[in-house]
Amino acid sequence: MAKSDANQLAKSSPIRAWAINHLRTLIASLGAMTRQPAASLMTVAVIAIALALPAGMFVLLNNASHVSVGWDNSAQISVFLKSKVSEKQAKKLMGKLRLYDDINNVSLINKSQALDEFKEISGFGGAIEALGGNPLPHVLTVEPKIDANRPDKIRHLLKRLNQQKQVELAQLDLQWVKRLFAMLDIAQRAIWVIASLLGIAVLLVVGNTIRLDIQNRREEIEVTKLIGGTNAFIRRPFLYTGLWYGIGGGLLAWLLTSLSIGLLDNSVTHLASLYNSGFQVQGLSFSEGMSMIGFSCFLGLGGSWIAVGKHLSEIEPS
Amino acid sequence: MIHFDNICKRYPGGHEALSNVSFHLPRGEMAYLTGHSGAGKSTLLKLIALIERPSRGNLVLDGINLSSVGNNKVPYIRRNIGIIFQNHHLLYDRTVFDNVALPLIIAGFQHREIGSRVRAALDQVGLLNKEKSAPITLSGGEQQRVGIARAIVHKPGLLLADEPTGNLDPELSKEIMELFARFNDVGVTVLIASHDLDLIKQMGSAVISLNQGEVSRNDLARGELADG
Repeated sequence: MAKSDANQLAKSSPIRAWAINHLRTLIASLGAMTRQPAASLMTVAVIAIALALPAGMFVLLNNASHVSVGWDNSAQISVFLKSKVSEKQAKKLMGKLRLYDDINNVSLINKSQALDEFKEISGFGGAIEALGGNPLPHVLTVEPKIDANRPDKIRHLLKRLNQQKQVELAQLDLQWVKRLFAMLDIAQRAIWVIASLLGIAVLLVVGNTIRLDIQNRREEIEVTKLIGGTNAFIRRPFLYTGLWYGIGGGLLAWLLTSLSIGLLDNSVTHLASLYNSGFQVQGLSFSEGMSMIGFSCFLGLGGSWIAVGKHLSEIEPS
Repeated sequence: MIHFDNICKRYPGGHEALSNVSFHLPRGEMAYLTGHSGAGKSTLLKLIALIERPSRGNLVLDGINLSSVGNNKVPYIRRNIGIIFQNHHLLYDRTVFDNVALPLIIAGFQHREIGSRVRAALDQVGLLNKEKSAPITLSGGEQQRVGIARAIVHKPGLLLADEPTGNLDPELSKEIMELFARFNDVGVTVLIASHDLDLIKQMGSAVISLNQGEVSRNDLARGELADG
């Protein structure tokens, strides 16, 4: 009709109107949340705690594997030479091993040096002197090049070392590192399970909050439908509210995680200094923090989407 | 503008609110819908506003057969109708201005445009000085006028009012009815459900009467139109 054609002219272009509507709703929904600060903050805090918990565990696990990777790299092969091998022969073997390309470095602990060290550390000095001779063999410590992708390489090196005629025994004790990695793997899976469960909890918390919000604004929804608001228009503020909950929850979770790590940091540094290690706890990196916020937004939006889909269609003007 | 063609409306439970209602309200006309309570006035308005759907018959609004309109098209049809309720249906958590602006926001008007149109609408109902008030602080008559301003702010082609003077004293009622007549003067089609027969007689527009779901009087059909 002629009147509404005239109306169309005064209206913004559809895309502009759409963008204006979205921006308006985005800001309005944040405004609505700040008008009920206590309720909004509680929801945000629940989301934050639910996210910070697995995030904190993830950080600890990450640090644990950093530490153990350090141990893994320092893995050494102890090559015990036969007792009749002289120091000169040992040095010759050392020179030969240094040419292997899967060996980083070789050093020699000659038997008298080893004996002195043993006497000093063990306190069995007297007993050893009573033995008369030096029962210890020369030992070569071999630092292999570790290729994490090729665990069989180091086994191959071990085999070759054992085949040398001067060698009594070459041994690499990586078993405990393997066990540690297996445990870390289990821990990681456990964190994923916990994170998934808490993620579902966040989804439900947001969904329930939005559901209550929808019930409280029943009258507004009815009136809006009566004066021509589309379902998309009515849905929008609730979805944006969910998004804001997600953003707020993610930011607070980041803050909580950083604070908790900060509290641990001093004690860990102290412990590390006792081990003569410069190890420091690493918190969430920027990209990890951002992806946590992204995940949180996804959960917030998802939760509100579920609530809106389920409850909005029930409200019709009568 | 509005064509009712043998419309029946039966509610779940068997109550037949309208039976074989036929009338035609041409564009630019104004008519009163009267009848006792329970005669089907509200149901008739609800059918036009697509709040209810007819059980039988054809209902054509502005050339569109409402029986075949899908749910997703309903909002766009409602945007060309201004609806006024007896109990105002205002939103009490926002100002008068924001209440009146709602239809414009839904339609995606620009900010500046919204300001001038809302003020023009409030001016027409004589509430320009109340734009920042909370609706709850206004009298019943003022709240009803806010509802009217909201119904006309987006310049719809059709105004529907359901007992708009139900809670008002006679003098205020007359003012409100005269307001509707002024909108009709500028070309808006108006249909008002009311049981206030004295007032309607004073106003002198066409009357459609319903009695137990059937049309008992139709001035429009008899061609006895007062000047629209």
